[in-house]
Amino acid sequence: MARAIWKGVVSFEDVEVPVKLYSAVQERGVHFRLLHGKDLEPVQQRMVNPVTGKVVAYEEVRRGFEVERGVFVLIDDEELEALEPEPSRTIEITRFVPPGTITHQWYDRPYFLGPDDDEGAYFALARALAEQEREGVARWVMRKKSYAGALRAEGDHLALITLRNAGEVVPVSALEAPGGRALDERELRMAKQLIAALEDEFDPTEYRDEFRDRVLELVHAKAEGRSITRKRAAKKAPRKPLAALLEASVASAKKEKRVA
Amino acid sequence: MPDERENGQPPDDEARARPFWSGTITFGLVSVPVSLYPGNRSLGVSLRMLDRDGTPLARRYFCSKDDEELDADEIVRGYELDGEYVVITDEELEALEPDKSRDIDLRRFVPQDDIDPIWFERAYYLTPAGGSNKAYRLLAETMERSARAGIATFVMRGTEYLVAIIAENGILRAETLRFAEEVRTPHDVGLPDKPRVRAAEVKRIEKAMRKRAENELDPDELVDVQAERLLELVARKQSADEDVVSAAEAPESEEDDVIDLMEVIKRSMRGGRASATVETRRARSAGRRRAPEDDDALAGRTRKELYERARALDIEGRSDMTKDQLIDAIRRSA
Repeated sequence: MARAIWKGVVSFEDVEVPVKLYSAVQERGVHFRLLHGKDLEPVQQRMVNPVTGKVVAYEEVRRGFEVERGVFVLIDDEELEALEPEPSRTIEITRFVPPGTITHQWYDRPYFLGPDDDEGAYFALARALAEQEREGVARWVMRKKSYAGALRAEGDHLALITLRNAGEVVPVSALEAPGGRALDERELRMAKQLIAALEDEFDPTEYRDEFRDRVLELVHAKAEGRSITRKRAAKKAPRKPLAALLEASVASAKKEKRVA
Repeated sequence: MPDERENGQPPDDEARARPFWSGTITFGLVSVPVSLYPGNRSLGVSLRMLDRDGTPLARRYFCSKDDEELDADEIVRGYELDGEYVVITDEELEALEPDKSRDIDLRRFVPQDDIDPIWFERAYYLTPAGGSNKAYRLLAETMERSARAGIATFVMRGTEYLVAIIAENGILRAETLRFAEEVRTPHDVGLPDKPRVRAAEVKRIEKAMRKRAENELDPDELVDVQAERLLELVARKQSADEDVVSAAEAPESEEDDVIDLMEVIKRSMRGGRASATVETRRARSAGRRRAPEDDDALAGRTRKELYERARALDIEGRSDMTKDQLIDAIRRSA
């Protein structure tokens, strides 16, 4: 059983559902420590004044916002604290929107919500979201930061995915698609056929982070005094008119599918 | 050393907005040359760490045992295994990097709605590169009409990614996806299974939901409140000339020139050159020397030389970077 990161109460109108928050993502990277090459002692980071070359102790460090090159407005700890939002356990749902209103670019970090004592309310909320086919826009304060997120049904359970801030996303609506001459109907048809021939279900378990696997393999090999070899694959793409390529691709894809 | 620029572009004095990555989407035997740009930008409201006199501080590394400041070539990377460290060199890591293939090979298409948002990590825009944008438009049009996303793995800056290529309004974008091993399920987390749900309770909740039903987002609900407050405070203090410091020597900052990302993407989408005028957040100071970072010159340097350049530019996280990553970071700061 994973440990909850935080506890809150999902609230809107007269509805109150106490929940616990869990991370839905776990780190995948291979973690290295930086070491002093000579004696393999761990390395420490310190802040240094590059002009004097002197180390500045953490307690002596000032923080500032750069308003012009080299010009800073200092902000001290007290002022930073005053900026912090009021702590609260409320996850306020301000509105419920249909799927697709929040496009993929907005989603940032996913969390699962689990029940906190009131299982009935929790599962009823998950069911209501699923049946209504809506996502809730949520705001809450966690660990001195305010967040916006999307409350969603995830199977029988609830997920809360944080959203990026306005201004951080370059929206599709702001961009103009590349233009040109009308596309050939025949080419469109073939492209459609090719996509259909390559269609499958989305199964994320089919993909692995192979680079990470290779790093771990290397680490173990070195520890055991072995060396590893890798083979490299060559790729070539022929240059031909688009229609001919599409036709050949469709034929090839259909053949592969029959064999598979 | 693969050249990330489009061929024939001469260097110029303006900061060039180079694509984050460039390569080819392969769709059967069809090649679609593309450039890739980030679809997200950070708002850049962060505080620098400073000395009392306003000199921006730099991160340096010290040996924890003898307190000696360390140079890049005195530092190694170790992985802890059975209580001991296995040292892995940059060269060994680079040799493991997947082939510098410049392809996003679309061999699979899935219904777009099948991809749960939990899988999405980061968005990038793809713009047509090369002479004709016909193949790009064909792919975008077809994918959008059939509501399908293309799934592929590809290499970007020395790391392998799983991506979904999505077409919307005639524009292609690449959304990196998390790998299955990174994402937990409710079961993994230990959530209880569903007990019997009371219909009356569900009804009551649905009624409350309907009262707050809307069809659009309100951008005000997505504002970074803390960032706004900080900026207000800074503006107030600055006009009152309160706590304003200016260091005697101002080292180069990598945050100097804010390139208007949206402009860059727009131009690249139209097929124009990706170079854009740079919006400076602050006035350029006359005496500042800019060293253009020529691609070939960078590629030819040793890691130590690159590290020293990165240190002079105060590039964060440089000690963790491979040679390729250092080159990229230096280019971006130039």
